[in-house]
Amino acid sequence: MSEITKISGAEAVIKSLLKEGVDLIYGYPGGAIMPIYDELHKYEDKLNHVLTRHEQGATHAAQGFARVTGKVGVVMATSGPGATNLVTGIADAQIDSTPMVCITGQVASHLLGSDAFQETDIIGISSPVTKWNCQVTKASEIPEVLAKAFYIAKSGRPGPVLIDITKDAQFELMEFSYSKCKRIRSYTPVPNYSIKQLKKAAELINNAKKPLIVFGQGVILGNAETEFKNFIEKTGIPSAWTILGLSALPSDHPLNVGMVGMHGNYGPNVLTNQCDLLIAVGMRFDDRVTGNLDTYAKQAKIIHFDIDPAEINKTVEVDVPVLGTVKETLPEILKLVNKNNHQNWLGKFHSLYEKEYSKVIKEELHPTKEGLSMAEVVKEINIASKGNAIIITDVGQHQMVACRYAKFNESKSNVTSGGLGTMGFALPAALGAKMGAPEREVVAIIGDGGFQMTIQELGTIFQTGSAVKIVVLNNNYLGMVRQWQEMFFEKRYASTELVNPDFVTIAKGYYIEAKKVSKREELKSSIELMMNSKKPFFLEVSVEKEHNVFPMIPTGASVSDIRLD
Amino acid sequence: MSELNNTYTISVYTENNLGLLNRISAIFLKRHISIESLTTSQSEIENIFRFIIVVSITKSRVERVIKQIEKQIEVIAAFYHSNEETIFLETALYKVKSKSLFNEKTIQKIIKNSQANIVTVSPEYFVIEKTGWRKDTEKLYDELEPYGLLQFVRSGRISVSKEPMNISNILGLNTDK
Repeated sequence: MSEITKISGAEAVIKSLLKEGVDLIYGYPGGAIMPIYDELHKYEDKLNHVLTRHEQGATHAAQGFARVTGKVGVVMATSGPGATNLVTGIADAQIDSTPMVCITGQVASHLLGSDAFQETDIIGISSPVTKWNCQVTKASEIPEVLAKAFYIAKSGRPGPVLIDITKDAQFELMEFSYSKCKRIRSYTPVPNYSIKQLKKAAELINNAKKPLIVFGQGVILGNAETEFKNFIEKTGIPSAWTILGLSALPSDHPLNVGMVGMHGNYGPNVLTNQCDLLIAVGMRFDDRVTGNLDTYAKQAKIIHFDIDPAEINKTVEVDVPVLGTVKETLPEILKLVNKNNHQNWLGKFHSLYEKEYSKVIKEELHPTKEGLSMAEVVKEINIASKGNAIIITDVGQHQMVACRYAKFNESKSNVTSGGLGTMGFALPAALGAKMGAPEREVVAIIGDGGFQMTIQELGTIFQTGSAVKIVVLNNNYLGMVRQWQEMFFEKRYASTELVNPDFVTIAKGYYIEAKKVSKREELKSSIELMMNSKKPFFLEVSVEKEHNVFPMIPTGASVSDIRLD
Repeated sequence: MSELNNTYTISVYTENNLGLLNRISAIFLKRHISIESLTTSQSEIENIFRFIIVVSITKSRVERVIKQIEKQIEVIAAFYHSNEETIFLETALYKVKSKSLFNEKTIQKIIKNSQANIVTVSPEYFVIEKTGWRKDTEKLYDELEPYGLLQFVRSGRISVSKEPMNISNILGLNTDK
């Protein structure tokens, strides 16, 4: 081979990304990754690099992109602080099973371990929060390692992967050839299901009088929305969702009985402890879902469909595990289950909903108080979007309210930080979601606390011109923490009150059209104005200051002890 | 939760990977489980490594830990066994002043009775090796200790299971030789 056919490791990175079909990267350059950025410059017609204002923003943007497209989000950062700034987003992607590949630059290999400028052990730091990570010190390893990275990130239960490439490997010349990774001998992305367990599960389903399904993100990650709908429609089983399962089943589906968990709906929480069969589909029994495990669905038989064997019996002991992807196992079990309906049992959910409606929902959606409620803002967004928007939420009271009241017609439309609860997630995630689904309306609903954690990404939204609609529900408090202080710490409001800047001026400083609403009469028209805009739009809504989210399962309580006030 | 702790030997078959030790130890750290001993070595299959980790936890915890270990990409398989299900040994080295060896008759008797081996003798010191169960190496320690131990070290547990572990099958390697 002549020297002419050789390319640099840096160019090999770009070519590998192109081979994986990547056309969008979020990142931030710096010393140890400059050779790769230099190649990016040459390939800028094929690969769009979005410069975020902080590396954390790049990870959340990639997550937002991945969550709405199902594709792998790609992030680049330099060594040292660039790499450590990715950690929160990586941890978020790990716990919420989001496919992501992060590429970090590293000091030259002869400097490794010498405490060189901007050297940090990102492999060591990121190990507990990545599905896989790998350091590359030779250019020749780059194509194979990147092929593995993409395969691991998106196969099986998806997750984040970090590849750390030393600067000398980026400069080194190599002969490029690429083949996609199809198998790793030590890794089984999708475990086989057992026919025996499927039959057992079908028998339990056919004999159940009061079955309840709780579904999670597994339905969305497995692209199994249709298979899931066919399954519940044939069996007639009431179906409740976890926060990450939201939008997998249309909000108005007659078998959709709402959200389980700490701030979920009254019916599915109470009836979890009355059902005779609990069918968990692609969910992981998070503690925010189960409440006190000692009193969680003890009367019920439990079937657990999951792709990850480590989730079986992790917190809740189950009677019948069904491994594999629900895309395959649900159609299989569909053949074994009888057509059924559970009208009387479904009626129980409806009557408990009526109770929740009269005690909580009515006042939330149609407040009699002067102050605006978060829920009525969400209601107006529903009306304006007709349930067709992608809703991005941050973490806290507004998140619970938005997930409780937002309406969805389409899957992959709810993007929130579920497992990690990362404040600051929403603004950059909304940018990524909009770039992943430019034809759709993307509305970020954010609290005044979380908004200020990644507020700098307004700059990225402005620079890319992404028509993200940003709604900040401002109560001048870290509302959820304040709620807990009110309920469990005798109103000692330690460091939860925020004295906020003029957000409208800040948004305008970034050349983003902005408006503030504090009166009910202006709410509808302001939301319409925002939704009709073809550009990014910022809407601040002053909401009731000291308002609590109900229903609520207090920590340590049973799901059936959910409080309505 | 009245489940009792038991000693388990965890065997992990892995691809050779630099960062894997870090990942595996993190699984124990995250759950606040202390590792009593850890040994890594080549396994019976070329380029496949074997970790042997000894922990004292409940059965349900060890089952969960095994699944978390197996979830790591480069782990081929992980197993756990109780003491009854394995053949296991540890090796200890004892460094003693040579003077004691020549002056104290009892030392020679101790070495003989314990079936320990003298590895090396120099004018200043001699080194004894004892392989066996923990109680054997501890007994020898107690016997030698009054004569002044210059150094003492004990290896992690090495073990083989009584039941087959069928790694070749998992890897799809042909074992019919």
